[in-house]
Amino acid sequence: MAKVVSVEEAVCLIKDGDAVMIGGFMGCGSPHKVIDALAKKGTKNLTVMCNDGAWPEFGVAKLITSGQVKKLIATHVGLNPEVGKKMNTGELQVELIPQGTFAERIRCGGNGMGGFLTLTGFGTIIADGKQVISIDGKDYLLELPLRADVAIICGNKIDPKGNVWYRGTTRNFNVVMATAADLVIAEADNVVELGKIEPENVVTQGIFVDYIVNGGNA
Amino acid sequence: MKDAKGFIAARVAKELKDGNVVSLGIGLPTQVENYLPEGVRITLLSENGIVGEGLMPSADDASSYVVDAGGEPASVLIGGSFVDSAVSFGIIRGGHVDVTVIGALEVDEEGNLSNWIIPGKKVPGMGGAMDLVVGAQKVIIAMGHTNKGAHKILKKCTLPFTAIKEVDMIVTEMGVMAVTDKGLELVEYNPEFTLEQIQAATGAQLIISPNLKRMAV
Repeated sequence: MAKVVSVEEAVCLIKDGDAVMIGGFMGCGSPHKVIDALAKKGTKNLTVMCNDGAWPEFGVAKLITSGQVKKLIATHVGLNPEVGKKMNTGELQVELIPQGTFAERIRCGGNGMGGFLTLTGFGTIIADGKQVISIDGKDYLLELPLRADVAIICGNKIDPKGNVWYRGTTRNFNVVMATAADLVIAEADNVVELGKIEPENVVTQGIFVDYIVNGGNA
Repeated sequence: MKDAKGFIAARVAKELKDGNVVSLGIGLPTQVENYLPEGVRITLLSENGIVGEGLMPSADDASSYVVDAGGEPASVLIGGSFVDSAVSFGIIRGGHVDVTVIGALEVDEEGNLSNWIIPGKKVPGMGGAMDLVVGAQKVIIAMGHTNKGAHKILKKCTLPFTAIKEVDMIVTEMGVMAVTDKGLELVEYNPEFTLEQIQAATGAQLIISPNLKRMAV
């Protein structure tokens, strides 16, 4: 059974220097309440893995602006000028990964796989330092798993077992991130009674979720 | 020309076939869906998680729960579905996307593409572009022929690659070029320009197709 905690309790589980995966795509499906509380608490030197830098003052961007992020691992940061500024001053390290590779590396991290082979990035600077493996005459890059200390995800309906149902396009990276961290905090737009999410509709199984925060959006 | 972007988008739309699964990049490529030929219905993939994306919703019914790959409000068609990012990129890498239409900073005669970074100046990131260009069956570059006169179609890209040898076709306001083993073949030209003007605006030697046609939309 996942444990329902307050948002303040939840962010106390995240330590200075932790590697933290944060779900969402340009803030859509991001755990906004937990991000706000983490910004307020001021936890430092975080390595954040998130698809993007979001929009200024929205979602994960708040942690970047506040200087709590030491390193950002993302696929796209072009819509948040603050990321570029902090990169140029050296305040923020940014590692860019192709989006499909980012998703699959996290999936590997959560699925006990030692990595995967992809054609994506071959012949580009993304391939620098990576092992190339030829299969049937095609050159693939070996991409290694990604894991984190903590994953913070967000779902629209979460039951007390931690089973998650997502609305719209909010599945994005939440689904894989929920599998790939030592500790998983799930923010619920709505905490619902057991049985309110039909077994067929559970997308993230409760066994992946350690703590639930009631975001109480709607 | 007046509406170069609309002209380019309309020409690209003629490449799409009924039933195609299509990914359209941010900006000009998004306009392609406005010019689909009659009888051509496509399934639009938005790589952040929509298979069967609909039209841009009005502000009233825009839900913060549904966005497109640019993070803007989006919609899903009846019969469409939502997927997570791992599934979405499985669709892309797995070759299930028939056509991707994307912009370029530079593209060259070998079909190499650069569109994700200008070192020291602009580092937006590649997002899903590297996967899309490698995974899609057909890659069409839709863009202005030059950047305010500076060549974008080159013998060899100077910026870091997005992918190598993946581009199949380039559509600009001046013409349509196919990437071949021998180089860039001009297969259609916009009669508003002379062949000399088109060559002068191109940083690679164009091969004039023996079947050269007028570009029409």
